[in-house]
Amino acid sequence: MSTTAKERTDVESDRSARISERKRGLGEFLLDQRAFVALIVLIIVFSLLSDNFLDPSNLVTMTRHVAYNAILALGMLLVITTAGIDLSIGSTVGLSGVVAGLLLQGWELSLFDTTAYPAVWVVVVISLAVGMAVGALNGILITRFNVAPFIATLGTMYIARGAALLISDGATFPRLQGDPELGNTGFSFLGTGRPLGIPTAIWIMVLFAILIGLLMTRTRFGRWVYATGGNERAADLAGVPVRKVKMRVYMISGVCAAMAGLIIASELTSAAPQTGQTFELNAIAAVVIGGASLAGGRGTVKGALIGAFVIGFLSDGLVMVGVSSFWQMVIKGLVIVLAVMLDRGQERLKEARAAAAAAQSLRKDLEAGPTPTKRPIEPRHHEK
Amino acid sequence: MSGAVSDVVMRAQSVSKVYGGTHALRGVDFEVRAGRVIALLGENGAGKSTLMKILAGVEQPTTGRLELDGHPVRFESPSDAVSQGVAIIHQELNLCPNLSVADNIFMGRERGRAGIVDYAEQRELARALFERLEEPIDPRRPVGELRLGQQQLVEIARALSEDARVLVMDEPTSALSAAEVQVLFRVIRDLTAHGVAVVYISHHLDECLEIADDAVVLRDGAVVASAPMRDVDLSWIVENMVGRDQSDLYAPMAFAPGDPLLELRDVVVADPENAGRLAVRGVSLTVHEGEVVGLYGLMGAGRTELLEALAGRNQVVSGDIRLAGTSMTGLSIAERIRRGLALVPEDRQRDGLVQALSVGRNLSLAALGGFLKGLVLNRQSETAAVRQMMSAVRVKAAGPDAEIGSLSGGNQQKVVVGKVLMTSPRVIVLDEPTRGIDVGAKADIFALMAQQAKEGRGVLFATSEVEEVLHAADRIVVLSRGRVAGEFDPRTTTREDIMAASGESLDGRTTSGGDRA
Repeated sequence: MSTTAKERTDVESDRSARISERKRGLGEFLLDQRAFVALIVLIIVFSLLSDNFLDPSNLVTMTRHVAYNAILALGMLLVITTAGIDLSIGSTVGLSGVVAGLLLQGWELSLFDTTAYPAVWVVVVISLAVGMAVGALNGILITRFNVAPFIATLGTMYIARGAALLISDGATFPRLQGDPELGNTGFSFLGTGRPLGIPTAIWIMVLFAILIGLLMTRTRFGRWVYATGGNERAADLAGVPVRKVKMRVYMISGVCAAMAGLIIASELTSAAPQTGQTFELNAIAAVVIGGASLAGGRGTVKGALIGAFVIGFLSDGLVMVGVSSFWQMVIKGLVIVLAVMLDRGQERLKEARAAAAAAQSLRKDLEAGPTPTKRPIEPRHHEK
Repeated sequence: MSGAVSDVVMRAQSVSKVYGGTHALRGVDFEVRAGRVIALLGENGAGKSTLMKILAGVEQPTTGRLELDGHPVRFESPSDAVSQGVAIIHQELNLCPNLSVADNIFMGRERGRAGIVDYAEQRELARALFERLEEPIDPRRPVGELRLGQQQLVEIARALSEDARVLVMDEPTSALSAAEVQVLFRVIRDLTAHGVAVVYISHHLDECLEIADDAVVLRDGAVVASAPMRDVDLSWIVENMVGRDQSDLYAPMAFAPGDPLLELRDVVVADPENAGRLAVRGVSLTVHEGEVVGLYGLMGAGRTELLEALAGRNQVVSGDIRLAGTSMTGLSIAERIRRGLALVPEDRQRDGLVQALSVGRNLSLAALGGFLKGLVLNRQSETAAVRQMMSAVRVKAAGPDAEIGSLSGGNQQKVVVGKVLMTSPRVIVLDEPTRGIDVGAKADIFALMAQQAKEGRGVLFATSEVEEVLHAADRIVVLSRGRVAGEFDPRTTTREDIMAASGESLDGRTTSGGDRA
């Protein structure tokens, strides 16, 4: 016999791998792609219940609604993958909108006794910078002062909301379309523009998804995000700049939130300081439905996007079908819990399948006759 | 500079390290020479790991300094040390289970340009590293799916990929089989032939004797002896380490077996980490009252999977497990503990201890029901029982309130064993109870096992060390590839017999049973 044990084990594992491959049925595939399947099921059910659900214009409208939630979910995905959480994004949505509103209404600079009317692109950049600053504050609290992410972002959630209310004095900034004479028109483009017939918000969502997708899968930074969430100590010892990574993900999350805030303010051509309340919870739900783990290290852009679509289509579909808003909340809650239950169920199913496949391969081994066993070795005495 | 000095690559000069109020190192001088393996020996708490961490930039010395090629250096971080040619294989595995093998190897040093990772190149490099280690691990597999031993090989591959001039190995073999250790040794010899300096730490003193050129013994944070390895023997090492003879290292045998306590019949267990594979393929064995049974096997023989199936953590595909005559099939882990079967798990950090709880709270964790008075815990009786157990298992700790993290590996292991004993088990199952602990603690653990057997309990322990089964077991069962490959009486068996039955030949190569017959 010339085969070594190692080679034989390989042959064996090949065979059992083939068996398990065959056993891998449609059910497991569906479970694996459950978020996507859920989305398809939603679309089918609602298209049966409502005649114009599948109407292209309705699909575009719903996707536009999804867009800002998806952008929030993308930022949240980065944070959750590092095993963090960002509760402040809903407040950042409100704050960035209010900042944009303030700037478009005219920023009174009492020092120079003038009112500044910055161009729209300046307004956008400043609002995004404000979002990034909230993220940076989160990052500093978490990485420099070792405040737990939940607590740090809970604090900034209140701070950012309070800031939005202070800036606007609790009121809404109306009529943000600008004035041609002041040269600050065009803000409504973000929310109502339709380049190539598709709303700008959807383009922005696609752009953010592609950028963050590439960041997560292709770049060193993306690997570091997964490493930080998978085993922070190991990442640290391997020279991954863990603090910098965390700092950055909260800043990106803040920018995403500010972008969502701008889109909403632009859509409504007004900015209310209360905008965005509980949006952070939708984003968390989308990320979790998409298969990410709150323990960190696991999550994909595709999953987060699908999760955002599931939540968005579910809400809009229920409205179209005429389900009461109270029942909408109950159903949304059930979907979120079900998603996580399926996640656990998949783990258990995998184990069960492994055991079944193994038992089958053993039966085959036994049918194939006795395996060559060792000649019993006769005990010898100690030499000493 | 003279020739003798110039081959010193790295030097620690009167290095001290103070943690809080304790001196972990006191003025240590240490030289690492190119092309040589230096074994750093000492019991846990002697300061080996601290010295390693200072050499590799994980910690900075409180006083004293490091020199590299005769120039003073200061490492701000491990990656700083790596960039200057000093790499370390950590004792504890530091891997990201969610990332692939290749990603882990190149973590923090990703290949590619402009921040874009070249995954294909990383996979190729990883594959080449595993060829060198003679273990064909797929670089794309998530590390979390690998066995402990394979994970350790990933750590080793990572250190190799760093092309260091000084390679520090802190317990690199704690999860490796004898055959894999031999492969590692070939790699080490190859490295030293190319001028790499290796610092080697292991609790396996025979490994140190085999691979090292020089020996340095630490005790209580100071160097107590150093010599070329060819001039020393095992007893010299042990005497310097602990200041006592090795003969009292292992417990005396007291074997008077009674009725069968734990009976396994044709137990088949699925491999929990590889779909469609079996880890245990029909094992039958019996543990009697008053008996210590040693389960020996190489990595992948199915030891851990079998023991975890006994505890109720792994699914039993077929076969029967009986405790004192009653079948345990379908019982939960808690129910098994209640009936008197308890497992001391292999990975004490992950499975055995709650780091956030004190020594006392950890000890009483599994037996809290016994201290309940209505709905309230009786703290007094809990503390009394904990103190009693601490002295029974000889835990060296400030008291029940000491932090788990402040204990050495050996003492942590005693806490895990003590926790299991507090559930008053009838059968105690221990998986690699001496992994990564020092000789003194090993002796204590074996004495404890013998004591439990003497009191009429059954003890089943798994190990990958032949010496341990020979010295600590009343009966030896050898596992090979999920089956029982033989049963031996330690008084009439040699090391060679056991290794041969496990499929391991003495030159370190794994051969099939067919070859051997």
